Amino acid sequence: MNGILRRCQWLFLATLVLGLTLPPQLRAGPAGEIAVGAVYPLSGALASTAKLSRDGIEFAVDIINTRHDLALPLARSEGLPNLGGAKIRVVFGDTQGSPEIGRAETERLITGEKVVAVVGAYQSAVTATASMAAERLNVPFLNPDSTSPTLIQRGFEWFFRATPDDDIMSKNFFDFLKDLETKKGVKVRTVALVCENTLWGVDVCKFERKYAKDYGYEVVAEMLYPARSTDLSSEVQRLKAARPDVVFMASYISDAILYTQTMQKLDFNTQAILAMDAGHVDPAFLKTVGRSGNYIFSREVFSADLGQRKSLVRVVNEMFKKRTGYDLEGTSARAFTAMFVLADAINRAASAEPAAIRKALRETYLSSDKIIMPWGGVRFDPATGQNVLGRGIIVQIQDLKYWTVWPWHLASRDVIWPMPAWRQRR
Amino acid sequence: MILLQGVVNGVLLGLVYALIAAGLSLIFGLMEIVNFAHGQHLMLAMYGAYWLAVLYGVDPLLSLPLWAFALFLLGVATYWLVIARVLRAPMLAQIFSTFGLGVFLQSLAQFVWSPDFRLVPSPLVKGRVEIFGLFVGVPELVASIGAVAAFAVLYLFVMRTESGRALQATSEDREAAALVGINSHRMFALGWGIGLACVGVAGVLLSNFYYIFPEVGFPFALIAYVTVALGGFGSIPGAFIAGILIGLTEVLSGLLIGPAYKYLFVFLVYLVVVVARPRGLFGRY
Repeated sequence: MNGILRRCQWLFLATLVLGLTLPPQLRAGPAGEIAVGAVYPLSGALASTAKLSRDGIEFAVDIINTRHDLALPLARSEGLPNLGGAKIRVVFGDTQGSPEIGRAETERLITGEKVVAVVGAYQSAVTATASMAAERLNVPFLNPDSTSPTLIQRGFEWFFRATPDDDIMSKNFFDFLKDLETKKGVKVRTVALVCENTLWGVDVCKFERKYAKDYGYEVVAEMLYPARSTDLSSEVQRLKAARPDVVFMASYISDAILYTQTMQKLDFNTQAILAMDAGHVDPAFLKTVGRSGNYIFSREVFSADLGQRKSLVRVVNEMFKKRTGYDLEGTSARAFTAMFVLADAINRAASAEPAAIRKALRETYLSSDKIIMPWGGVRFDPATGQNVLGRGIIVQIQDLKYWTVWPWHLASRDVIWPMPAWRQRR
Repeated sequence: MILLQGVVNGVLLGLVYALIAAGLSLIFGLMEIVNFAHGQHLMLAMYGAYWLAVLYGVDPLLSLPLWAFALFLLGVATYWLVIARVLRAPMLAQIFSTFGLGVFLQSLAQFVWSPDFRLVPSPLVKGRVEIFGLFVGVPELVASIGAVAAFAVLYLFVMRTESGRALQATSEDREAAALVGINSHRMFALGWGIGLACVGVAGVLLSNFYYIFPEVGFPFALIAYVTVALGGFGSIPGAFIAGILIGLTEVLSGLLIGPAYKYLFVFLVYLVVVVARPRGLFGRY
C-alpha cells in the first residue's frame, strides 16, 4: 500500500515537472481544440448554485463552437476563426467549496489538463486562492461572479473580473436615490444601514457608509447584527427609534425572512428597503414571506425580464430555458458571459499562448449590445483587471415578482415609492 | 415605551427558550447525559407541524398534542435504541452518540425535505395586537402562554405524581432508587420521553411563526445549553427563570448597547455564572 502511494507521488511529481517544463505550444492539445478550465463547487452545499454556472458555461461553449444567428461574439462562426475554427473545450474542476481544493484543482487543470485560461470560482474566498495558483503558473484567470472588492486589490497580473463588485453595486444604490430625487421628486435625507456581521456584511456596510457620506445622506443608525439570529426584535426596535427614510440591508436568507416578519410584527414603516441581493433575492425568500415581501428593492446582477427591453436577452433566455428548463439568472448569465469574453480574447490573440491571451484580455472591448448583461460593456482596468463598465440593476418586488426598475432604460416596471405602511396593506 | 416593548419581546422570547431548555435540563439532571441532538428534535417537531398543516390542513395548535406524544415515543425509542447502549461507556462515546444522532437527523431532513425554507401557511393564530402602543405578535403570545402551561404540567407531573417522584428519586441517587424497587431504565426512558415531548411542544408552538429548514434547531439548541447551565443542570424552575433571563438579556442588550453584542452578553452571563456559581441558579451539582 505504502509502495503504491509512493509511486503515485513520484508519478504526480513527474507530471507536474513535465507540465511546467513543456513548451507552451504543446499546450493546445488535440488539433483544433483549445482547452479552457472552469473551477466551481460542483459538489457540496453549493452544488445547486454551481450547476447554474455549469449550465451557463456549457450553453455559451455550444454557441461559440457552432453557428448561431445571434449578436453575441463568435456566434455566427464555427469555433474560433483566427485559430482555423478551433473549438473550445471546457474542463471542469470541483472546488467542493474549499479554498484549498480550489487552488489544487486549478493547478491540476493548468499543469495536467493544459488549459490556456481558467474561469471560476463563484465564492470569493475560493476565487482568491484559485487565482493565486493561476497567477503563479502564469495563466489568465477570468472571474465571472465573485463580488468581494478585495480580489482586485492584490496587484495580480493574470486576474480579470467581469462582474461589478460590492463597491460598485453599493454606489449604484446611491445613484439610484439621486435619480429618484431628481426624476420622481422623492425626498430622502436619512438612511439606516443594517448588515450581518460576517466579512461580506461588514464590507458592504463600510462601502454604504462611505457613499452615504459622499452623496450627502445622514446615517441615523448603523447596525451590524449577528448572522442567523433567533430573534431580531431589538434590531427592528432600534430602527423604529431612529426613523430612517430608507433602510439598507445586507442579510442572508434566514435573517432576511425574520427581518421581514419582525418589521411587520413591530409595525416598522419606512419609505423603502434597499437590499443587497443575497437573502432578499433567494428563491426561498418570497416563497416563505409571501406578500409581506412586496415593495422591497434589491440590487441584482441580472434579471430575465431585461428581455423586455433587450431582445438579445429574450432570445438567449428562450434558448437557455428550452435547454435547461429554467430562466437565466445572475449566476448562469454571468458564467455564460464570461465564456464569451474569454473566447473573444483567445480568438483575437490567435494563439493558445497564455501570455498572448492575457494581452488580448487587456485589450478587450465588448459593447453592451454584444452581451446579455445590463452592463455598459466589458473593458478591463489594466491595473486591477476589473471590468470598469460593469453595473448592477435594481429590482423591486411587486405582486410577488421581481421587476427591473432601474436603470430607467432597462426598466420593465415603474418604481413604487414609498412602500405602503403595514396598516394600509390588506 | 421602547424599553417596555423590549421587555415584552424579551419575556415572550425567553419563555420559548425556557421550554426548549426544560427538556434538555430534565434529561441531564436524570442521567448526566447531554442530548446534543436537541436542536434536531426541535426541528423534527417543527417539520411535523408543518407537514400536517400542509398535507392535511391540521393547524399546528390542533396537532400539538399529537406531536408532543410522537416526540415522547421518539424519546423513549431513542433511549432504548441509542442511549441505553452507551450508558456505561466513556463520556466521549455518550457525547458522540447524541451528536451523531443530531447529524443524522439533520442530514436526513435535508435529504428528504430539501434545504428549502418553509413557513406554515396561514395558521389559526396570526397577525399582531396593539396594546397601549405595544405591539405583540399573536403567535408569539400563544407560544409563550403555551410554554407557561407546559411548564405547569411538567412541574405538577414531576412534583405530584408517583412516576414524577420516582423520576426525582432516580435523578438523586439511582442506586438507592433501585433498592426501593424503581426500575432505573424505565425512569430513564420516561425522562427521555418527557424531555423530547417538551421540545416537541416548543417546536410546534414555534412553527406558528418561525421559518423551518433543516438547520433551524442549531441556534436554539445553543441558547438552550446556556439556559440549562444558567438555571442549573436538572432544575426545571431553573430552566424557566433562566430562559426568561436569557431572552431579556438578548433583547435588551441588543436594544440598549448594540445588536452586534447581544450574544456577547448572553454568553457573558453564562461565563459569569459558570465562574461565580458553577452549579447555576437552582442547580444541585
